Amino acid sequence: MKIHEYQARQIFRNYGIPVPDGILCYTVREVENAARELNCMTVVKAQVLTGGRGKSGGVKLARNVEEAVTAGKQILGMDIKGFTVEKVLVTKAADIEKEFYVGFTNDRNTKSVTLMASAEGGVEIEEVAKTNPEKIIKYPINPLTGLLDFQARNIAMQLFGNISHAQKAAAILTKLYKLYIETDATLAEINPLILTTDNEVLAIDGKMTFDDNALYRQPKILAMREPDAEELQEIAANEKGLSYIKLDGNIGCMVNGAGLAMATMDMIKLYGGSPANFLDIGGSSNPQKVIDAMNILLGDKNVKAVMINIFGGITRCDDVAKGLIKALEVLMTEIPIVVRLSGTNAAEGLALLKETGLPTVSSMSEAAQKAIELSKHK
Amino acid sequence: MSILVNKDTKLIVQGITGRDGKFHTGLMSKYGTNIVGGVSPGKEGETVEGIPVFNSVENAVKATGANTSIIFVPAAYAADAILEASEAGIQLVVAISEGVPVQDMIRITPILKQNGTLLIGPNCPGLITPGQSLVGILPAMIFKEGNIGFISRSGTLTYEVVNLLTLNDFGQTTCVGIGGDPVAGLYFIDLLERFENDPDTIAVVLIGEIGGDAEEQTAQFIHEKMTKPVVAFIAGQTAPPGKRMGHAGAIISSGSGTAEEKIAAFNRAGVPVAKEPAEIPELLRKKLAGLKK
Repeated sequence: MKIHEYQARQIFRNYGIPVPDGILCYTVREVENAARELNCMTVVKAQVLTGGRGKSGGVKLARNVEEAVTAGKQILGMDIKGFTVEKVLVTKAADIEKEFYVGFTNDRNTKSVTLMASAEGGVEIEEVAKTNPEKIIKYPINPLTGLLDFQARNIAMQLFGNISHAQKAAAILTKLYKLYIETDATLAEINPLILTTDNEVLAIDGKMTFDDNALYRQPKILAMREPDAEELQEIAANEKGLSYIKLDGNIGCMVNGAGLAMATMDMIKLYGGSPANFLDIGGSSNPQKVIDAMNILLGDKNVKAVMINIFGGITRCDDVAKGLIKALEVLMTEIPIVVRLSGTNAAEGLALLKETGLPTVSSMSEAAQKAIELSKHK
Repeated sequence: MSILVNKDTKLIVQGITGRDGKFHTGLMSKYGTNIVGGVSPGKEGETVEGIPVFNSVENAVKATGANTSIIFVPAAYAADAILEASEAGIQLVVAISEGVPVQDMIRITPILKQNGTLLIGPNCPGLITPGQSLVGILPAMIFKEGNIGFISRSGTLTYEVVNLLTLNDFGQTTCVGIGGDPVAGLYFIDLLERFENDPDTIAVVLIGEIGGDAEEQTAQFIHEKMTKPVVAFIAGQTAPPGKRMGHAGAIISSGSGTAEEKIAAFNRAGVPVAKEPAEIPELLRKKLAGLKK
């Protein structure tokens, strides 16, 4: 789960990390009032759940109220990578002496929370990682001790080179680690962390993402969720025990298992088609799930054909067939459907489907080719 | 021969009285797995499928000499169950539970290491040594005894490919589903090492997917250390960046972890990557024919 910058700043504040004052605004009028209230040079920043805001013109410096208003007019309503800007954050501008990067993330290889830090702040850290990997300090943290004070100080010293600055930065690192652990985050980064001309260390921009599997024990974080239309669809599917992600193609897929679902999308692409979605109906064989899944697939107007690919393990093919028959009774669709059933009770499932006249095939390659062919009719 | 599980595996089932635990205890038992006990706090003295239930792993181990455990408890309690098994001296823990918070796994990792406990999963379908022992939820009928090692990050895609192998007369030594979570127990390299040392395994099929860089590191390992042929498939070539494809670990973040990168890494290491699952038996046949020349 992702949150906005203004929400990450709120969490930082709650843990005592210094951030410049800022006001969240939904209208140009609010921007004007905010700039007047802050009464200094400000930065107007688009609040959207995607990176690259600066490059897209979604972050602007304003020397006075008039400039803030102009910036607000430009940014509110603009489109950044498909996201419409509905709100902006107006913050006090800081006098930057130098910019740094600090962040925590889970590292799969060391199986630990890892601190990443770099004196190359302000730019995308992924870029630095690709071009100058030696400029990033990576420090795996022992989960049994957590980030210790001396470790935080030593790493901060490597970045700042001045013990008084480093001590301020180390306090921020310790707090950032604490909040990372306590909120079940999967990313907590400050970019840039700045040294101001008057020797303060401040968090200028923050980004956080959280472990979806841990949201059940993070009610405060869950309350911050602001899903867009697509995510609402995904969340609704999740509540029905389905895992659904909409894509741009025209062949709807229904599969059991995430790996097989990905491979099914790949097959469709391999044979020259384009998948309309990722949809995993999971491991149980509840016929209702099949009905819910068909509802979602047929609700996508781009879908011209449906490919059902089931390899029964725990999932029983006859249950899937029963669900499908029920779904078709209710949904009455003209969209062609290809069914591939294999594994547990496949023969029984195929026998049930025979009466429906749906085309059935035995392999997933065949199913993909057949679905593509059917999608081109009419 | 085989890796990790065999005729000597003495299994206990943690969460044996739950719906899934009970169901799969029946299936594993039917397959011939030596299940010596189950654990469900408060239910000691009961039996499930004729198997005695204990209050704790410690009690179960004392009474039965179990060396392996499979975990079906809900995700919120999975890390605790894994540690309980580890502290009781279980050598191999297989965690089926899906949706375990990453921080829980990170926290227990050093303790498992200290105790020398091997973990497979969480969020995995388990493993099977055909003809000997099934420790997992894999559908037994598709497997066949033979000499191909098999490792996969996914569940049903495993069934798809194993079924193709079996139909093409490639039986398996051991098949391991390592699970789709970002922080998990034994990974590709740990298992490849074991297959390399297993005299009966002649080649390995490896099924990867998008996310992380385990496949890239594995390719390096194969290049440097493996003498036995490896054939791979990578799922998720059409997956868009930033979207989690069902598995917590299957996500392309900031342009890294893509299928293209993984395929390129395998190709550099001399590992052929199948364009589709159906191509795997053919690639395997070619690799093995190459060895005999």
